[in-house]
Amino acid sequence: MNTIKAFINDKEYTIDSGLTIMQACDSIGIKIPRLCYHPKLSISSGCRICIVEVEGMRNFVASCSYPISEGMKIHTNTDAVRKARKDILELILDNHPKDCNACVRDEVCELQQLASTIGLRERKFEGVRREKYVDDSSPSIVNNHEKCILCGRCVKVCSQIQNISAIDYANRGFDTVIVPAFNDKIANSVCTLCGQCVNVCPTAALTEKNYTQDVFALLNDKTKIKIAQVAPSVRVAIGEAFGIPAGNNMEREIAHALKLLGFDYVFDSQFSADLTIMEEASELLERLNGKGKLPMITSCSSGWMKALEQFHPDLIDNVSTCKSPMSMMSSIVKTYFADKIGRKPSEIANVAIMCCVAKKYEAKRPELAMEDGTPATDYVITTRELAWMIKSAGIDFKNLKGQDFDAPLGLSTGAATIFGVTGGVMEAAIRTAYELATKKPLENIDITAVRGNEGIKEGSIEINGKEIRVAVASGLGNAHKLLEIVKKDPERYHFIEIMACPGGCIGGGGQPYSGIRDLPFDPKLVSERAKALYKSDELNKIRRSHENPAIIKLYDEFLGKPLGEKSHKYLHTHYKQKFPKGIIRKSKEK
Amino acid sequence: MTSHIHNQEEINKQIKDFIAEILKQDRPDSHLITVLHKAQELNGYLSREVMDLVSQEMNIPTSTIWGVATFYHYFKLNPIGKYNISVCMGTACYVKGASEILETLKEELGIGVGETTEDMLFSMHEARCIGACGLAPVAMINDKIYGELTPKKITDIINKLRKEEETK
Repeated sequence: MNTIKAFINDKEYTIDSGLTIMQACDSIGIKIPRLCYHPKLSISSGCRICIVEVEGMRNFVASCSYPISEGMKIHTNTDAVRKARKDILELILDNHPKDCNACVRDEVCELQQLASTIGLRERKFEGVRREKYVDDSSPSIVNNHEKCILCGRCVKVCSQIQNISAIDYANRGFDTVIVPAFNDKIANSVCTLCGQCVNVCPTAALTEKNYTQDVFALLNDKTKIKIAQVAPSVRVAIGEAFGIPAGNNMEREIAHALKLLGFDYVFDSQFSADLTIMEEASELLERLNGKGKLPMITSCSSGWMKALEQFHPDLIDNVSTCKSPMSMMSSIVKTYFADKIGRKPSEIANVAIMCCVAKKYEAKRPELAMEDGTPATDYVITTRELAWMIKSAGIDFKNLKGQDFDAPLGLSTGAATIFGVTGGVMEAAIRTAYELATKKPLENIDITAVRGNEGIKEGSIEINGKEIRVAVASGLGNAHKLLEIVKKDPERYHFIEIMACPGGCIGGGGQPYSGIRDLPFDPKLVSERAKALYKSDELNKIRRSHENPAIIKLYDEFLGKPLGEKSHKYLHTHYKQKFPKGIIRKSKEK
Repeated sequence: MTSHIHNQEEINKQIKDFIAEILKQDRPDSHLITVLHKAQELNGYLSREVMDLVSQEMNIPTSTIWGVATFYHYFKLNPIGKYNISVCMGTACYVKGASEILETLKEELGIGVGETTEDMLFSMHEARCIGACGLAPVAMINDKIYGELTPKKITDIINKLRKEEETK
């Protein structure tokens, strides 16, 4: 690679050519403050926080976009540039509420951190403020416009990563807002509720809808049996909210903390992930035998299901009829388990702890309700919300001894653990489908072709002499690309896994905000979480869903057989086209 | 109302034909503003239905179209009345009391800027300098310029137009 010589703060450095000033400074260990910039998104140089002084230039330049060149003399920390950054930030804050200590992002707010970094210690200007306007129409995402600083990262992640374009800037000047088309509410828009906008928002302008108060109230309700379930990817991320490095599996601490919070039973969504595999692998084998459409596409991801209904209604018959693991668990708890403990379903409350904000919407889907119309899953809270509840209840999470999930719905296999990472459902399904179809053990159960952080992956496996071609996409932008291929060439694949969030559930919209002054939506963070899940799979003695003894017992005692009558009643569902219909921008590369 | 529906179909067809030509060019997305101009010219304003149509035909998300349509003053998001009043808010007119004219109209017509009266007779907009500073403050009603306005004068003009409509 070519290099250039440049001066940064009066010292000479040899730097790879082709970098921006910001990248060059990052490479020598100087992190220039930044706000609207994100390495995964296009650069707009809008916020001007990252300005630096360059000798010979009339004005300060935005380091995020300005290329470094031979002999350039850059100063990142002069009095003048520090003062200018402070003025800029003061003007941004001028149109922002002063309620930090009563704000949900207190302590984890990027804007607050930036003010501290820049050294802003007083607010001099008292100007006109944008009006308070809160869109809480959706069960998943709340948009509080009063806190929006128009950095635009949400707009970019929605269009450039997810290719959904649910929101954009509207109006201009002081009246500029970020809203869905026609100023509609989020609930009436094409928004899939994936929550990636929440992940990249530097303030509390976009947050999940918070149900923690409802859950605390429930925990104090003596008339209810309180049951928690925990998604795989929650356990490898929640530690980050307590200052524990990414990639530590905290499942035992979570189970312990939930008991201390007052849950009567703590179950594991990994149990129902195993159950999903039993049903989904059987469904795949049926479809391969001519009963139903191919390719079959997975249905676990709530954000993807909403995208299916609004962006790809023509593929509804291709999608597996299996409910998500969360909804399967809730169904089984209020039927099989209720019966076991001699309680009525109405006496039971299901709380799901998920890495996801779209799951809050899924819980309210009428087609997933119990027979009497009440929801199977009563509340969904995110990893972030649980972390706050644990702190709020004074539980010393880091130092808990830890305990197991409760039997029988807390036992799971390694196959279920990897549901949390892109390619995991595929891998788990192949392990079971292969063995159910061939009655022979699968020799190498690590199916590496579908592992890794790439947006689209493909592979194939031979089952009974037939080549089964599979593909995996994570992030809705990648999903659109993959489905474009499928629509042109429907024979190309037999089985497809789609997750709405980049990296799969571990990159979900409900995961802890990145650490102080770290990058939100960081691919490195996501891969640490993935490693922890794969390690947990490896360490599990049972790594195939169909070998889970609690699952075998559930079929013996209650369900009968996969795709049987009871399975269809409690574990399967159907989807319908929803409006408005979304527009998918075609990918540029041909 | 059948004639109206037929008319809307005809308008939609013309918008579609216009877009079909645009799509033959390189980077058709960059012609969005041209298409919205044409759509407004044909439809009188940018209705939600028209923006949806442009979105479907050009494969551009509605949020993007809404962003463009709300950014430029030129685009009208409400139907335009028979008499389209533009009050000049340029510097000269402003100094000579244009805001009083605007306030008088708001009161007289019962509508705000960018809105249309229920009887579809009057719409009101703000304009930047229309180049008639010598006559400030001025307003345009459709293509006609009215100068040296006072609150009384503009009220009289409105009442005169109303009378004309009644006698028709």
